Amino acid sequence: MARQRAPDPSATPMLEVRDLAKYFDVSKPWLARLIERSPRQILKAVDGLAFDINKGQTFSLVGESGCGKSTVAKLVVGLHAPSRGVIRFEGRDVADAQSRADSAALRRRWQMIFQDPYASLNPRWRVRDIIAEPIRVFGLVKSRREQEDMVAGLLRQVGLSPADGEKYPHEFSGGQRQRISIARALSSNPEFLVCDEPTSALDVSVQAQILNLMKDLQREFGLTYLFISHNLAVVYHLSDKIGVMYLGRLCEVAGAKDLFARPQHPYTRLLLETIPDLEMTGREREPVAGEVPNPINPPSGCAFHPRCPFANERCRSEVPMPTESAGHIVACHAAEEGRLPDATYTPPKQPVAS
Amino acid sequence: MALLEVEDLRVEFPTRRGALLALDGVSLEINEGEVLGVVGESGAGKSLTGSAIIGLLEPPGRVTGGQIRLEGHRIDDLSYEEMRAIRGKKIGAIFQDPLTSLNPLYTVGRQLVETIRVHLALSLEEARGLAIELLGEVGIPAPERRIDSYPHEFSGGMRQRVVIALALCANPRLIIADEPTTALDVSIQAQIIALLKKLCREHKTAVMLITHDMGVIAETADRVAVMYAGRVAEIGPVKRVVKHPKHPYTVGLMGAIPMVGHDVERLTQIEGAMPRLNEIPAGCSFNPRCPKVFDRCRVERPELMPAGRDAEAACWQFDKEARRG
Repeated sequence: MARQRAPDPSATPMLEVRDLAKYFDVSKPWLARLIERSPRQILKAVDGLAFDINKGQTFSLVGESGCGKSTVAKLVVGLHAPSRGVIRFEGRDVADAQSRADSAALRRRWQMIFQDPYASLNPRWRVRDIIAEPIRVFGLVKSRREQEDMVAGLLRQVGLSPADGEKYPHEFSGGQRQRISIARALSSNPEFLVCDEPTSALDVSVQAQILNLMKDLQREFGLTYLFISHNLAVVYHLSDKIGVMYLGRLCEVAGAKDLFARPQHPYTRLLLETIPDLEMTGREREPVAGEVPNPINPPSGCAFHPRCPFANERCRSEVPMPTESAGHIVACHAAEEGRLPDATYTPPKQPVAS
Repeated sequence: MALLEVEDLRVEFPTRRGALLALDGVSLEINEGEVLGVVGESGAGKSLTGSAIIGLLEPPGRVTGGQIRLEGHRIDDLSYEEMRAIRGKKIGAIFQDPLTSLNPLYTVGRQLVETIRVHLALSLEEARGLAIELLGEVGIPAPERRIDSYPHEFSGGMRQRVVIALALCANPRLIIADEPTTALDVSIQAQIIALLKKLCREHKTAVMLITHDMGVIAETADRVAVMYAGRVAEIGPVKRVVKHPKHPYTVGLMGAIPMVGHDVERLTQIEGAMPRLNEIPAGCSFNPRCPKVFDRCRVERPELMPAGRDAEAACWQFDKEARRG
């Protein structure tokens, strides 16, 4: 069980991210800028992120759309080049792997599962070819026969039958397609999986199947997950550690239980407040006013200050830096100065099925 | 008498290989001012039920059986023009994607004024005044200025507020809300649900809230109908269904929802998937996935039957109870 495994403090974390940033240039074309005398526009999708993921654990990033969580996923697997910052995989800077063989050896060890199982599988390939692609690319097997055995084994592992390899993606339901994506991700024997909202396109009963499968695979192969989601209940169920993102920055990082038991950052508290109450206590939720601001032109100081009930002058002018106490990292002036009222979140209990 | 009664509704899609029965005997009632949640997974037929009620079934889909009655009068056999007079006036609609339910070429004010004047005998100025009032009521800041904005100038949450204003503008008796918050972020979702709840309470409007999200239902609905493969599997007061589900499908569904504070290593798993329309099994459509299946389930199809106090479920395990009671 992942949650019970004690982290070894002497070991280097599987993944270390330091001061990671990604800026996108979203300016108008050069000529239009010249005519309108408009300046360049930079979208800071991710700005100064730092976190560690220990081996065999699940680290989750949560946040609303546009907070930059998917950009982080793409940065980590190398689909985007960072504008600034370091990503270290087992203590080694990923950017150092320059030669082709070197970077291939590194890339084999991590894989990604995407959100939309309809868009991430090539509709013109048979499932067995889709799954075998990483095996072929990384040259993991010697013969065709060995490759077929491996694909059959992978299909069985994700709960499909080896005969399904002959079919095309359109013959499968959403949940089955996500199983195919998982089989493909596992085919290069990775140690680290980046999962970008893998269940948000699925129905709850199918989501339960996929989440169970992911937990089983983690236990079996000791996989490490970076899990991206907007669903707090899913994140609670799956994670060891959670990072809450808002407008490209981490506002709070803590152990899963700790974060839900003692939320510090006002944005985390807001998010917890939005979890629908299945216990039916009749609690009237206080919906928080305001929306996520435009990331091209974020508010000054702490980006959350326009929606924050505890904001003061300092929050409007100064960007809060993350500070750590007892393994709980918070980037908030109010928390640092002890201005926040205590918040203990009492989670609704599971309804009892008769 | 209930505001809306749906009785044994059947919707078919004719195809070359025979008709597909998408809704097979759906029966439900919505009372005045009540919020009925309709929950189910994709393909269960919840949106189709909504479209059939409002008369917006996509052809070639058509109603082939049953009745839909609004305030005691049948509305399923009305002509297109007659239905148009009811749509918007007596039954409003809110759809999932606020961007596609608004016309991008007209200001929101023009769309509101047009809708208001179709249904209510008001002058242009009066209609505009009402439109501004409605926009204020749904929480659009500075409505007298924003009324002349185009839909693209609003954010997703604000657009959904405009759509709610549109649905409410003729003061309908019933609103069909089809996944009104699915496209929105969690914090915005909470705002929209609170708004919808408040407005419907104030206007005494009944709502049929169609969603796949049990959390939204639990917070909003008075009663809930759980749909599976084109039929109602269970119907009852929301508190009872959430806390003490009766139908094995509902039991599985509730256990499959991950919950904060509930530490389980594995979630309850319903094996398999919902059958396709052309391969719905004989007997109870849930029988191949049901943990409590017995012989009768494979042969005979259960109708909704009493399953304990204020509970109705379409499951044979409650049959004995029904006879005794």
